[in-house]
Amino acid sequence: MIAPQEVRQTTAWEMYRSIVGIGAFCALVIVIVFQGTAARIHDNQERFLAAAIADVLPVAERTVAIAIGGDGSLVAVDNVSQLPAFLAYDGSGALAGAAVAGEGMGYQDVIRVLYAYSFEKKSIVGFKILESKETPGLGDRVEVEPHFLASFEALDATLDAGGRGLANPIVTVKQGEKTAPWQIDGITGATITSEAIGNILNSSAGIWVPVLERDAESVGARGAEE
Amino acid sequence: MSDVSHWSIFLNAALVNNFVLAYFLGICPFFGVSSKLETAMRMGYAVGFVMLVASVCAWALNLLLALIDAPFLRIISYILVISSTVQLVEMLMKKLSPATFRAMGIYLPLITTNCAILGLALFQTNRGYDFLQSVVFALGAGAGFALALVLMAGVREKLDLASVPELVKGTAAALVVAGILSMGFMGFAGLGR
Amino acid sequence: MARKEITPTDEFVKGLWRDNPVFVQVLGMCPALAVSNTAMNALAMGLATTFVLLMSGLSVSLLRNLIPREARIVCYICIIATFVTSVDYLIMALSLELHRALGAFIALIVVNCLILGRAEAFASKHGPGRALLDGLGMGVGFTAALLFIGVVREILGSGAVFGVPLFPDGFQTWTIMVLPSGGFFAMAVWLLLANRIRQKQEDAEKRAARAGT
Repeated sequence: MIAPQEVRQTTAWEMYRSIVGIGAFCALVIVIVFQGTAARIHDNQERFLAAAIADVLPVAERTVAIAIGGDGSLVAVDNVSQLPAFLAYDGSGALAGAAVAGEGMGYQDVIRVLYAYSFEKKSIVGFKILESKETPGLGDRVEVEPHFLASFEALDATLDAGGRGLANPIVTVKQGEKTAPWQIDGITGATITSEAIGNILNSSAGIWVPVLERDAESVGARGAEE
Repeated sequence: MSDVSHWSIFLNAALVNNFVLAYFLGICPFFGVSSKLETAMRMGYAVGFVMLVASVCAWALNLLLALIDAPFLRIISYILVISSTVQLVEMLMKKLSPATFRAMGIYLPLITTNCAILGLALFQTNRGYDFLQSVVFALGAGAGFALALVLMAGVREKLDLASVPELVKGTAAALVVAGILSMGFMGFAGLGR
Repeated sequence: MARKEITPTDEFVKGLWRDNPVFVQVLGMCPALAVSNTAMNALAMGLATTFVLLMSGLSVSLLRNLIPREARIVCYICIIATFVTSVDYLIMALSLELHRALGAFIALIVVNCLILGRAEAFASKHGPGRALLDGLGMGVGFTAALLFIGVVREILGSGAVFGVPLFPDGFQTWTIMVLPSGGFFAMAVWLLLANRIRQKQEDAEKRAARAGT
């Protein structure tokens, strides 16, 4: 037999007690899970970045995380940000290049890429997509299409006379129409995504390459001393 | 993100990547409310307004969370703020327009569980929009949602009068219409670049 | 009509078909369509939702005497959000790649009407054991529905299932199926099938009832 339900108002004290209790319970669970997974997540992210850097700059043996400081100069940093950048040194300790992450809006959502810049060749020599939610079979061909990826073997990123920006803006052109070293051979059927990548690289390189060319040696020297 | 124009953000949210037809957000009210044009429009306004408020709050909350370094509180704080905003809108509507309030019925409190609003807050956080970009994003998303809702309602009203097989009536037919609408909206790809 | 004793098995089984969240209750469609463009994503999303269903159902059931009636929805939302945050970090720890593929939709589990609905309609009124079974049933039913949609979309749209290619290279994929429209269409067809089967079941029951009287 079921007793008739009593519907009584909860008192203010009961309400307060419950809300605080539930709040404490929720907070406890979240903090436990957060702390418990933090180390593992950090490892995952480090491993992923290390693999990506090895992909774009195979000669890199040691990396130093860098950022553009408030005054526009290059500084070495300790923690890796959302969009990291690194100076890479080869086995003999010489500056091998820089790996920079850039992001921008693709067709579906934000695309994050990592590219390698070579001081020697004054161009982008490696490229890898870090994050992309582009359409499978269409936009995501930027990750595998050979003629597209070939553009990144020596994508010209020379600076202009003043050293403040790229001499020739990096731009994506229609498939098969690449004539200059600063152009990316686009993919038909994935125009928006390939153009987005061109824009991402252009704006990112436009910001980073001048600073890298100017300050990389000095940051490297400081880093080697530590 | 600094190099995206505001106009581009607006168009993207409203048309190219319409929240309902491209991101599948806000489907429950989309199918629940879209059978009558009147209710659809009112729902569109209500959601649009909540989106705007939620967007601003999310932007502020994000700053706060960054300050106290507690990213794990994001989901809880966002959803609590959204629920409060919906409560506020409910109270306002009750006072200012009781007829609309009654017409909306159960769907008004359901805006809290509308994925579109939380989705809006999360997307703008992920993309790192600043204040103005967030507002434009919210306006675009609201406009797009309302547009999709009104289009759907218009088609469904006509469909109700046509002779549709029994099995297909209701949600299944609405899903097919939504699929076709979604295909249509794909034509906007590349707009505003 | 005599009241049937609802056995624990019933609690579990009802979520699989009779009260299937996606095809019968038509709840939780947003994630069903959004992340079901590959079978792997569909499975991961289904499992994550099941986890949240289980844990929040259990918590709500255990705390049901503590939660004040007036503020119950807010409390449910808090509890659900807690476990969604947890599953978010758990997936990040498990596989960064999977986390990126699912993206914001993991966080969107918190507004999945299914979970709030179960908390309100069931977990708050039953003991933890029953709540667990109910959550498990709904979760499995939800995952199965998502898998149906996901597998179809991936096979037709990418020519593969769980990443394993099924067709020879010459197969022309129906790319529309991995685009949003495909989600709507796939769901529509499954819903139609489900409606048809249910209608047949109902007809059979009615005939049996008439024959019985």
